[in-house]
Amino acid sequence: MIEKALKGDRIYWGWIVLLLVIISAGVFSYINQLTTGLTLTGMGRDVSWGVYIAQFTFLVGVAASAVMVVLPYYLHDYKAFGKIVIIGEFLAVAATIMCVLFILVDLGRPDRVLNVLLYPTPHSMLFWDATVLNGYLLLNIVSGWTVLGAERKGVPPPKWVKPVIYLSIPWAFSIHTVTAFLYAGLPGRHLWLTAVLAPRFLASAFAAGPAILILVSYILKKTTGFDAGKQAINKLSVIVTYAAILNFFLLGMEFFTAFYSNIPGHMHGLQYLFFGLHGEGQLVPWMWLSVIVGFGSLLVLLIPKLRTSSPWLIAACIGIVVSIWIDKGVGLIIGGFVPSPLEEIVGYIPNLNEIIITIGVWAIGILILTLLLKVAVAVKAQDQA
Amino acid sequence: MNENRREFIRKTGLGVLAGLGVASGIFPKSSFETAVASTTHENSSSGTRWGMVIDTRKCKEGCTKCIDACHEVHNVPQFDNAKDEIKWIWKSPYENVFPGESGQFVSEETRERSYLALCNHCDNPPCVRACPTQATFKRSWDGIVAMDYHRCIGCRFCMAACPYGARSFNWRDPRPAIQKRSQAYPTRERGVVEKCNFCSERLAQGLKPACVAECPEGALTFGDLNDSQSEVRMLLEKNHTLQRKSELGTRPSVFYII
Ligand code: SF4
Ligand code: SF4
Repeated sequence: MIEKALKGDRIYWGWIVLLLVIISAGVFSYINQLTTGLTLTGMGRDVSWGVYIAQFTFLVGVAASAVMVVLPYYLHDYKAFGKIVIIGEFLAVAATIMCVLFILVDLGRPDRVLNVLLYPTPHSMLFWDATVLNGYLLLNIVSGWTVLGAERKGVPPPKWVKPVIYLSIPWAFSIHTVTAFLYAGLPGRHLWLTAVLAPRFLASAFAAGPAILILVSYILKKTTGFDAGKQAINKLSVIVTYAAILNFFLLGMEFFTAFYSNIPGHMHGLQYLFFGLHGEGQLVPWMWLSVIVGFGSLLVLLIPKLRTSSPWLIAACIGIVVSIWIDKGVGLIIGGFVPSPLEEIVGYIPNLNEIIITIGVWAIGILILTLLLKVAVAVKAQDQA
Repeated sequence: MNENRREFIRKTGLGVLAGLGVASGIFPKSSFETAVASTTHENSSSGTRWGMVIDTRKCKEGCTKCIDACHEVHNVPQFDNAKDEIKWIWKSPYENVFPGESGQFVSEETRERSYLALCNHCDNPPCVRACPTQATFKRSWDGIVAMDYHRCIGCRFCMAACPYGARSFNWRDPRPAIQKRSQAYPTRERGVVEKCNFCSERLAQGLKPACVAECPEGALTFGDLNDSQSEVRMLLEKNHTLQRKSELGTRPSVFYII
């Protein structure tokens, strides 16, 4: 089946080559980091996680969001998702691989990563996160590939794959919940120490993930003529809308709790992010951009007429993705470290090497997604022929 | 009260869940056993529990003898930028070491002194809970929160988990930045986390921690918190003391006389 990824036109190959070039730059920068150390990043003693872990957090959400097409299709037999479900599963595969890579590039001693399995430590949330992520990757590869393989041969998928798919549904919720537990269980990091962190992670994931899915569908339609179907896109846009509302609602809860209780520790993180603290506020413009773009997109989505018009929907989806990416992929992680445990304000600016590695990992993910979707589209096209 | 509560937990079936949680170490046993807040729970571990009392009144402004001694004995590198900085023990102002403690109308004298900060060798250490490889662990026999530099994968989860900023990461190769190579303690490699070890290597030889031994003012006292006759317990008995962020339930083993 994989050979289908090797037949493409010039645009396809040009795209692949472009991604490979970006990946090589990333690999080169990573070798740099391996030989010199993580000092080549903007991280330091006080902000000890940065853009890598932030991307990881965002992408776990993207991976988990596949459940938003898998669940209606397989559990409720919602036929309109028939064509898009494989895109969702493959998006989850690509996103999960990126998650694993982002953890790897963040490690000081990646050569020892197997210690997590050699000395299994159930009281560490990272142990559970590694377990559920790898499990999720496996579940999605197996279910996506098997169903597609059966479709290619024109036979119904084997019976054993159904339980695998059913298992992947609660599993999807678990990966993002456990990822929230990485942060939400730490004493003394007030921005993270909140019971709504996991719900908010899920809400933002179910907004950003399906939004990406809509965008990918449009790209596929444009480049390959593969049409996921108007009804599927409409349904997805409704899911994005509700999830985005929930996300902003939960963000509002954070503000209320922090500022009405007026407890300094609880306010500091939000103050630093949105208003600046003691004159320091490097992320303030970003956070407001996130809020404004997020609310603007939500407004568009709330108006059925706009939501069902392609250009508006595309713009709104880009807006939602950007908004949540800033919120989760920049603000949340860095904001958790500022102010530091000693109430000092130390900024963080990712440096060039770190950014190139980050883009490189994204390029790997996009390459994997491209190849997988190429196969999927080829199989679906043969169906129609 | 205690019995009632235990009974209640058992009856509601929560006990099973709690038991699983405790068995895997996710929740410390004390969170289910004590009716009172665990921060005030004493003698939680049996055997020795090393601890320290810092008499900040005696600590001389500008003196860095303890810091220098510690960093020299343990081959702690000196980088001249804050980003790569590694420190095991250091001095910071009142509001930084004790954020959340009374900050209004604090006497000028208290506010202007600086205070030693180091790993608290917490009795209930969040860094140990977070570490996915047990490279950070609490020694059952003496309560020291120790590290295995050969097992650490450098994920820095422990740094996010420590509410005291006690941990440092080797962002670059530390060896060129070590001023005087000490034979008493191994150097570390790039990519692992490190912190104060309460001089476990010196304790093994019957010596006191380097900072305690070097302090000319006698401001630092070290001893067994579980021994009611120890010097530290005497000091705790006679003076009002603070633990850093005691409200977090970490039960620090370092106490401050202000
Ligand atoms: S002070 Fe920090 S590093 Fe030391 S034991 Fe407590 S949590 Fe761990
Ligand atoms: S950096 Fe090392 S000591 Fe800290 S949590 Fe990770 S493996 Fe454990």
